[in-house]
Amino acid sequence: MIEAKNVYFTYPNDVEALKGVSLTIKNGEFVAIMGENGAGKTTLVKHFNGLLKPTTGTVHIDGVNTTKVSVATLARNVGFVFQNPDHQLFSETVEEEIAFALKNFGFKEKIIKRRLTWALNLLDLTKYRKTSPFMLSGGERKRVALASVLAWNPKILMLDEPTIGQDYRQKEKLLQFILQMKAQRKTVIIVTHDVEFVAECSPRILLMRKGRIVADGEARKVLTNPEILTQASIVPPQITQIFLQLSDFQLPKEVIDVYKAREKLLNLLEAKAK
Amino acid sequence: MSVFDGLKFRRVYSPIHNLDPRIKFIYVCAIFVAAIIFWELLPLIILFLIQVPFVILAGVQRQWLRSMRGAAFLATIIFSTNFIFSFIGAGYVDPAYYLEYASAMTLRFIVLIESFSVFFLTTSPDHLGLALEQTRIPYEFCFAFTTAVRFVPVLAEEAQTIMDAQKARGLELERGNFLKRIRNYIPILIPLIVSAIRRSLELAEAMESRAWGATENRTNLYVLKMHRGDFVLIAVTILILAVAIYIRLFFGIPSLNELLGSFS
Repeated sequence: MIEAKNVYFTYPNDVEALKGVSLTIKNGEFVAIMGENGAGKTTLVKHFNGLLKPTTGTVHIDGVNTTKVSVATLARNVGFVFQNPDHQLFSETVEEEIAFALKNFGFKEKIIKRRLTWALNLLDLTKYRKTSPFMLSGGERKRVALASVLAWNPKILMLDEPTIGQDYRQKEKLLQFILQMKAQRKTVIIVTHDVEFVAECSPRILLMRKGRIVADGEARKVLTNPEILTQASIVPPQITQIFLQLSDFQLPKEVIDVYKAREKLLNLLEAKAK
Repeated sequence: MSVFDGLKFRRVYSPIHNLDPRIKFIYVCAIFVAAIIFWELLPLIILFLIQVPFVILAGVQRQWLRSMRGAAFLATIIFSTNFIFSFIGAGYVDPAYYLEYASAMTLRFIVLIESFSVFFLTTSPDHLGLALEQTRIPYEFCFAFTTAVRFVPVLAEEAQTIMDAQKARGLELERGNFLKRIRNYIPILIPLIVSAIRRSLELAEAMESRAWGATENRTNLYVLKMHRGDFVLIAVTILILAVAIYIRLFFGIPSLNELLGSFS
């Protein structure tokens, strides 16, 4: 469980990035942190694995105060996949890249091998096992970065902008994968601008603006509230925009996914036909 | 790393910032020459003090002090090696004289750092590039130089991000013996180098698609012009250099020891 109490954070260059953030994320929750550029999203998640420590306030991960332990200790339970995979890839082969963290955490040889095979399979990377990560395409590198974190099976998984540079199929896979994590009662936190993706997986949304949380609730409520979204410079999903504009036709406003929309529209058409 | 803080430009405006970088550079070179031709403590103290008004006029005291503090370590080494070796070489006699000699050598180093630091603190990379260009240095070189200067902070920021990313994968930089600690930096250095190369290739493509090198004679949005302040500075520079050379050639410079000795 993640508990943040009244967290303020100021960077060394005097930029105050967090201004009193309090939140609780329970085990097994799926949370999307959204908001405009510079809202403090990445700063906030960096507090969850101890990369940043609050200037004032406290962050507890499973009851442990993040100021009391090292990043490596926290990282064992909190996996963080950075936005840009090029900021972490350095090994000669994909295999070694994925094994890096496992070695850091002191896993046994046998377990490393097993987890490696598992992670390679999960992200469809087995054929690149012996390839240099630098030879892969942007999307593939992103998957290697993800695999290298998943390999140690952290309880909490944080993904910074996971959908950037991924085509539709990979996004679909990512979604499946997140749902799978959810089924395993793992906590998944994504930081993203991708409203369509969020609408599809429908998590709890934390909306940030200028270092504060301005909305916290289910995707269906937050993504269909234009006033709040405008504050955070986010445009509602396209399907929601249509429904908002058609609200004169007695259509519900809280629609974020296509299947629900289809159902509502068919109902309307049937009613008209009668 | 604080030595480098003293070389980082911050965009503020002051009479010193507005000076022509070419003249500022000539001034720095003059101070450089003056510092080299003296090995006595007294003139070096004067050279050191001459620059203090510049620092205050430019309003960069804080950064300047930081770079001085950064230079302190090297200065200590220079002082102790100079003192120890000259003192031993002379056969353990007259420590006061060698103490003064070592101080002079150290101060010479500090004067050099001081003037360079003032130059870089008050000259924007754009200005510098412009100055290079207008001194007829081929544009390719000017561009490479200013780009390198401009990307230093970007690279520093990237190094921090990479460090964070590897720490998040359980890397502990401070763990292990000396050799292990050096090896700990491999996961930081490789991504840093690779992304720097990648960035430079991307930059090259972006530049070329914006017609880089299309014409022989580039024009500039800003052109450097000499103002009154620049003429004043050049006069000051010539004065300092002339006085320094005159004193060097025609005066014997008393050491501080002798001066103090004559009072007692």
